[in-house]
Amino acid sequence: MSRAPLLHQQAVELSEFDRLLVNALQGDFPLSSAPFDDLSERLGYSAQELMAGVRSLLDRGVITRFGPLFNIERLGGQFSLCALKVPAERFEAVAEMVNAYPQVAHNYQREHEWNMWFVLAAESAAELATTFESIVQRSACPGLNLPKEKEFYVGLRLEA
Amino acid sequence: MSDSASRPETAEPIERQIVTALQGGLPITRHPYRQLSQQLGIDEDELLQRMQQMLDEGIIRRIGVVPNHYALGYRYNLMVVWDIEDTAVDAVGAAIGELDYVSHCYRRPRQPGWPYNLFAMVHGKSRDEVDGKIEQLREYVGAGYRGHTALKSSRILKKTGLRLRPGET
Repeated sequence: MSRAPLLHQQAVELSEFDRLLVNALQGDFPLSSAPFDDLSERLGYSAQELMAGVRSLLDRGVITRFGPLFNIERLGGQFSLCALKVPAERFEAVAEMVNAYPQVAHNYQREHEWNMWFVLAAESAAELATTFESIVQRSACPGLNLPKEKEFYVGLRLEA
Repeated sequence: MSDSASRPETAEPIERQIVTALQGGLPITRHPYRQLSQQLGIDEDELLQRMQQMLDEGIIRRIGVVPNHYALGYRYNLMVVWDIEDTAVDAVGAAIGELDYVSHCYRRPRQPGWPYNLFAMVHGKSRDEVDGKIEQLREYVGAGYRGHTALKSSRILKKTGLRLRPGET
């Protein structure tokens, strides 16, 4: 059931069919009993071909997910973007320590003195605060806790 | 529609069940929603209606594929952060959020050692492309501008996504 996340960061060779799928399926996947059949006519491929195509995109890491993208904050919970200023020689060890927290949803290395950026997701404000404090303390690095105050836009369709 | 207006921020349990069941994605089968509905013990029609409602309410942002930026050749993924006058930041955020190459745009608090209050994610296939986009953003910011910097993502360290963790309270 759980698949190891494909974190490769290289461009992948894409066929015309791959591009068609990525460009056509970044939203508006039908909510219907037989959605691949519904798409079949518009895209000019059979339901079987479309299913095989999507499976292949996942297997090759061209897409990281197929399905609904949730605005999970609407279901409750607390979220924050946090950062650490980590000395280069300790970066790997700190990354391992931070990633081990189940509350850490994403973690990125960035080219900046604030070089580690991660999203914390917790059930409550108290859990979020405790988790952040714990990470700052154990890493012995300066930390930033930057909860979202206002969202202007989320979403992007990338041209393949 | 009528009950959604008075619906509290926390969603109904069935919606949480749907989210939990779909966290790993939609099954790639001829009848993906039917398979899911059987798993949840509800009718396929009811599931489709619920999910449509979640789409309408914005609990589901969209349904489809989520591309890996890097795999598509978008190697330059930058978090561009701006220090903007408090009186101007919301107008600038709204304007920048409209641009088709900005994927996320948020206002966040300043902190000691961190003067930036507006965050915009920008993606491109070359350094020149993203530099051009940042230059354009600078023009949108206008008079409220006090500074900015761009933080290029150099490595994904973890990406599990935001998940509900059932069983924890």
